[in-house]
Amino acid sequence: MENGKCKMKGRSSGTAAKKAAVKLSAMDRVKLARDAKRPHIWDFINAFCSDFEELHGDRLVNDDRGLVAGFGTVGDYRALILGHHKGATVEENMEANFGMVNPDGYRKAMRLAKLAERFHNPIVTFVDTPGAYPGKEAEERGQAEAIAKSLEFFAGLKTPIVVVVTGEGGSGGALAIAVGDRILMMENAVYSVISPEGCAGILWRDGKMAPAAAEALKITADDLKRLGAIDEIVPEPAGGAQKNPKAALASVKKAVLSALKALAGVPADELVEQRYAKLRAYGNFY
Amino acid sequence: MSWFVANNEKPKIPPAKALWAICPKCKSHMPKEEWKKNNSICPKCNYHGRLSARERISQVADEGTFAEVFRDVSYSDHLEFHDASGDYKSKVEATIAKTGERESVVMGTCEIDGHKAMLGVMDFAFMGGSLGTGTGERIARACEQAIAERRPLVIFSASGGARMHEGILSLMQMAKTSAAIGRLKAAGLPYISVCTDPTTGGVSASYAMLGDINVTEPKALIGFAGRRVIENTIHQKLPADFQSAEYLEKHGFIDKIVERKDMKPFLAKMLYFWGF
Ligand SMILES: [Zn+2]
Repeated sequence: MENGKCKMKGRSSGTAAKKAAVKLSAMDRVKLARDAKRPHIWDFINAFCSDFEELHGDRLVNDDRGLVAGFGTVGDYRALILGHHKGATVEENMEANFGMVNPDGYRKAMRLAKLAERFHNPIVTFVDTPGAYPGKEAEERGQAEAIAKSLEFFAGLKTPIVVVVTGEGGSGGALAIAVGDRILMMENAVYSVISPEGCAGILWRDGKMAPAAAEALKITADDLKRLGAIDEIVPEPAGGAQKNPKAALASVKKAVLSALKALAGVPADELVEQRYAKLRAYGNFY
Repeated sequence: MSWFVANNEKPKIPPAKALWAICPKCKSHMPKEEWKKNNSICPKCNYHGRLSARERISQVADEGTFAEVFRDVSYSDHLEFHDASGDYKSKVEATIAKTGERESVVMGTCEIDGHKAMLGVMDFAFMGGSLGTGTGERIARACEQAIAERRPLVIFSASGGARMHEGILSLMQMAKTSAAIGRLKAAGLPYISVCTDPTTGGVSASYAMLGDINVTEPKALIGFAGRRVIENTIHQKLPADFQSAEYLEKHGFIDKIVERKDMKPFLAKMLYFWGF
């Protein structure tokens, strides 16, 4: 059930960064996770492989620039890479909707993941989004259906999936590409059912109470590890990944490669059974 | 993003008018008694209003056939969550006392015009029909029992989305329920999703939109993001019928809008077509 968990060192975030710094609040982490200077999808792609080929489109209506997809060689593995793209410049931000994906993006991801399954390519996903795009066309083209279908689809996909939450794991829009066999999370990333601001607006009736909401929601890597929602925390350099991107990227790559290696020998049917057991155990208090 | 907003958007009936029902869609007034007698359907505009899970079950399951399962599965306060208006535990306990339910979905085996089924009905009165760990657990178990007993699955959804008070693990119920439904389908069993008013947020973005067929009732609200969130994002006013049952049918995400009086025979007929 808790596949591979026994190999974990448990709560592995006792890094130099953490010891040196004063204890960060949940809202401090949110700020770090949203820092525009944090490594984004193309930094990961460039650090992970030198032969990446991006592929476009959902074959229905659109190519969503908020979700990057393509094949590349990662270490010994020919992998499909999927990731939210917030954009590094203003033009990219606009084009990519700040990483808020439309249904088209999730459908592109599923299309290419199906291809990866056919040719036994493992999948690595990078999660960094404020959430799925709340737009008129997004609703008309079935945002809810696209996310729902992704969850069902990735749960049953017969190829290894390694997920890395690198920045903001914003609710359903994040989860849509975060169902996998090994869920890694960078030390300063956050992952939540709702943004702290959104939660504060509803339950505190005051968006300014976001820090209290962030604390209450338990959204940091440590919290998620404790709750069993993720498998492994990837430590960041002192002060956060943006202070030393090169080191940060290297430790993520190392963690991903070791996860891929652990999954490589598992027969596909067994992999899917283990993945289901993992999902099934989420919040099983009964 | 804040997709748990439908709760905020529902028009409220002013407490002063306790004897009067006001249709949230066309605003016509009628005595509450008349509204109830009309099965919570507006006689003016045909909006199909909310029912409790028990009312719904009595209208869908053959008399005496509904056997509730997993009633021991309830909420979990693993975050010891509290906000400005108090703690989650007190709120949910008050909801349990008020509704008599222990989670936002009531599950059971039954027959529908003689067709065996696993039936789940969400109750919007239970924490806005929100998806908590108990809700997800009941749905996952229902799928597994349905597979074991070869029962088709029917779920009536009514929900504002995931339950914030249970944090990340409420989000994970979206994945857990979707995975369980995928296995039910792979086992050769059908799943009919009935999206009743309202079906939004994390519930629409998981099991409610995964039906082999997705059906709904007239004028139900169905969508992912809340209207206000979208309007604030795109700086545009949305059409009045945006995210209505009729709008979704037009855009291809709903198989059929079924009137309440026709729902039970419709479900039975589909199960018959598929050989169950
Ligand atoms: Zn009306």
